Amino acid sequence: MAMTLKVSSSPHIFTNESIPRIMLTVVISLVPAAVGAVYFFGAHALVLIVLAVASAVGTEALCQKLRGVPVTVNNCSAVVTGILLAFNLPANAPWWMAVLGSAFAIAIVKELFGGIGYNIWNPALAARAFLLASWPTTMISSTEFPAPRGGSLSGVELDGITQATPLQLIKNTIIPIFEKAESVSAAQVESARRVLEQMANADYYGALFWGRVGGVIGETSAALLILGGILLLTRSYIDWRVPVGYIGTVAVLAWVFGGPEGYFTGNVGFHVLSGGLLLGAFFMATDMVTSPITRKGKWIFAVGCGIFTMLIRLKGGYPEGVSYAILLMNTATPLIDLYTKPKIYGGS
Amino acid sequence: MFKEATFKGGVHPPESKAATSDKPIKTLGLPDNVILPLQQHIGAPPEVTIEPGDKVKVGSVIAKPTGFVSVPLHSSVSGEVKSISDQIHPTGVRMQAVTIESDGEDTWEELKIESGTHNELSVDELKQKIQDAGIVGLGGAAFPTHVKLSPPAGKPIDTFILNGAECEPYLTADHRQMLERKKELIEGVKMIVRILGNERTIIAIERNKPDAIETLEKLCRKEGNFEVLGLKTKYPQGGEKQLIEALTGREVPSGGLPMDVGCLVQNVSTVLAVYEAVTEGRPLIEKVVTLTGSAVANPGNYKVRLGTMVEEVIKQVEGEMPGNLGKAIMGGPMMGIALPSLDVPVIKGTNGLVLLSDPVPVAIHQPCIRCGSCVDTCPVRLIPCELALFAENERWDKCREYSVKDCIECGACGYLCPAGRNLVQLIRYGKYTVISEDQKKNK
Repeated sequence: MAMTLKVSSSPHIFTNESIPRIMLTVVISLVPAAVGAVYFFGAHALVLIVLAVASAVGTEALCQKLRGVPVTVNNCSAVVTGILLAFNLPANAPWWMAVLGSAFAIAIVKELFGGIGYNIWNPALAARAFLLASWPTTMISSTEFPAPRGGSLSGVELDGITQATPLQLIKNTIIPIFEKAESVSAAQVESARRVLEQMANADYYGALFWGRVGGVIGETSAALLILGGILLLTRSYIDWRVPVGYIGTVAVLAWVFGGPEGYFTGNVGFHVLSGGLLLGAFFMATDMVTSPITRKGKWIFAVGCGIFTMLIRLKGGYPEGVSYAILLMNTATPLIDLYTKPKIYGGS
Repeated sequence: MFKEATFKGGVHPPESKAATSDKPIKTLGLPDNVILPLQQHIGAPPEVTIEPGDKVKVGSVIAKPTGFVSVPLHSSVSGEVKSISDQIHPTGVRMQAVTIESDGEDTWEELKIESGTHNELSVDELKQKIQDAGIVGLGGAAFPTHVKLSPPAGKPIDTFILNGAECEPYLTADHRQMLERKKELIEGVKMIVRILGNERTIIAIERNKPDAIETLEKLCRKEGNFEVLGLKTKYPQGGEKQLIEALTGREVPSGGLPMDVGCLVQNVSTVLAVYEAVTEGRPLIEKVVTLTGSAVANPGNYKVRLGTMVEEVIKQVEGEMPGNLGKAIMGGPMMGIALPSLDVPVIKGTNGLVLLSDPVPVAIHQPCIRCGSCVDTCPVRLIPCELALFAENERWDKCREYSVKDCIECGACGYLCPAGRNLVQLIRYGKYTVISEDQKKNK
C-alpha cells in the first residue's frame, strides 16, 4: 500500500494554544502601557522600548546560534522581555542602558540557563537589578526622573521639599522627618504631614490611576496596566490568584504597618497604585516560567511577593520593593513547587 | 437545578460527534477473511483448539481459556481456518492470530437460546455464560467481564454504574446502542444487578446525549429502580475513576480497584454483549464501531465482525480509500491508537475508527514554559509537566515519587499543552518502566 500513515502516541488532537500565541497576547496586553509611556514621556520612551526589544531579540538569536539550537525568536518571548525591561527604565535613561539591560536579561539570565522555560528568575527583573546595582544614580536615586505629561513627579504640591517620585519622597524625606520629629522644625513636620494628606484623597488616587504621577516609563498609568491585565486574565494566560494575592497582601500590610504615625493608619490606595506594583503583579509575578505551577503554590508565591514588597518599602534600603520581592520569590519557586504537590486522586 | 455531577479537572475538546450521532447502526457485509488475534484481553491468552484446514461456523470456539482470567475466542465467520501465525496487531506488534477464510454462507453454531428463562439461572451459571461468550470490557480496557463481576467476599459492591458517558470525541457507538437497543440494555443491567446483588444502580450519560438520557429515563420509570443521571460533558468523564468520583464522591484508592470503594462500572457494549450471551448464548463475534473523521465521506456507526480488516471496513463504507489519509486512529482521538497500517483487524476493544486527513495535528515538543495547564487539568492531580521531564531524563526514582503509576493516560495534559510536549508519551515511558522494575523486584 502506497499510503504512509502517521503514527504517534495519543492524544491525536490539540488545542490551538501555543507559546507564540501566549507571548504575542502578552505583547498585545503591554501595548496600552507602551503607548501610554510614549504619550507621557515623549519620543525617548519609544526609543528605549524599541532598542530594548531589538537588543533582546538580537541577543536571543545570537545566543541560540552560538548554542547551536534552533533560533526561536519568532515565538515573541524575547519581545516580552525587551518591553518589560524598557518599562523598568526611567524616561531619562540613556539609550545604551536599554540595549545593555536587554542583552543581559537574555544572554545571562535566560540563555545561559538553557533558554525559554529554564530560567530561574524573570529576565527583565534580573536585568533591572543588574542595572540598578551598576548605575544606581540613573536607575533610582535620581531626583531628576522626568515628570509625565500633564502631571508632576510626586503628584503633590511641596514647599521646601525636593521633588521625587512618591515612593522616594516617602522613603527619603517624609519618613525621616517623622522619625526624628524632635530634631526638625515644626514647619517641616507640618509640611510632611501636608504631603501625606495630599496623598490620601480621591484626587491623588485618580492621578496615580490615570498616570499623572512620575515613575519609570511603564508603571505610570494604573489604568493602562489593568487593561492589559484584564486581557491576560480573560485569556487565562495569567492566574487571578497572583495579582489578587499580591495586591491584597500589599493592601493589608500597607493598612496595618504603612502609616508613619501608628498601626492601622496606612494609606492603602497609595501603596497599591504607586510604584511598580501593578506592573509587577500583572506582568512579572505572573511569569509562567518563574512562578509556581500549582494553584496553592501561586497563592504562597503571591503573598510572599506582597510581604517582601512591603518589607522593602517600609523597612528596606530602597523606596520600591517590587523587583526584589519577585526575584526573591522566583528563587523560592522550586521549593514552593516541592511543598505544594497536590494530593493525588485516591492518594493517602 | 442540581449541580451537574462531574469530577475535578478535565478538558473540553471539540466533541465532533454530530456527523454520526444520528446515524442508525448499519450492519456491514461479511468480510472475505478475518484475522483474530488470540490476545484480545488482559490476562492469559487462550489456547488454540483448531488447526489449519478445519471448518468452522460462526460462533465456533477456536481457542479455549487457559485459566480464570481468560476467555475463549470464537470464529466470527463460517469457513476454513487458513493459518495460525503471527500477524500485526493494532498496537503495532506481531501477535499470534487465527486467519479464517469466509465461505460466505454465514452458518452459525447452534445457539442455546434461553430467552425469558435467565431468571432461573444461578449467579454462577450467568457468569459461566459470560465467560463462555468471550466477553471482556468493551470500553477499551478489555478485562474479562466474568472476573470483574466476581469481587472477593470482602469487597461487597453497593453501586453498579452503567457507563454511557462516551466522553471520547467523535465516538457515538454507545450513544446509538443506548437509543436503538434500550430494552436489551436494561435487561442486561438487570442481569448484572442480579449477579452483584447491589443496592444502587446508576445509568450515567453525558449531557450531550439528551435523547439517550430521556429514552432510558422513560424506560427506567417503568422498569425497576435504576437512576438515570446526566453528567457534565467533560473529558474524561467516562474514565472509570472519574465516573465514580462524579457519581458517588468516592475516590478509588491509588493502586486499587473500583470494588475497593464498593463500585463496579461496565460500559454499554459490554452490557449488551452480556444480554446476548445470557439470553441467546450468543458469543462475542461483532462490535459496533463508529467510522468517522475528516477523511471519511460516509461517517456512521457500523456493526462489524471481529477480525475484519480496517481496510475492508473502510472499503465497504467508502467504496474507495480516502485520498489524503494522514492518520488512522483505532478508538477516539484522546486515547486511541494510531494504526501503523490498515491491514490490522477490528478487535474486541475497538469502538471507533477515526480517520484524519493530512495535514494531521502534530505535537512539536518544545520546552515546557510551566504554564500549569496540565497540572490544573489532570483528573488524577499529578504534575504531568514534571513527570514528563523526569521520564525524559530517565529519573525513575522521581517518576515513582511523583506517582507515575497513577496516570490514567487520558491525554488531557497533552491536548492542552501550549508547548506541544509529548507529555503522555513520556509519562507512559516512565510508567511502564517503573511497572516493569516492580515486576522484576517481585519475581
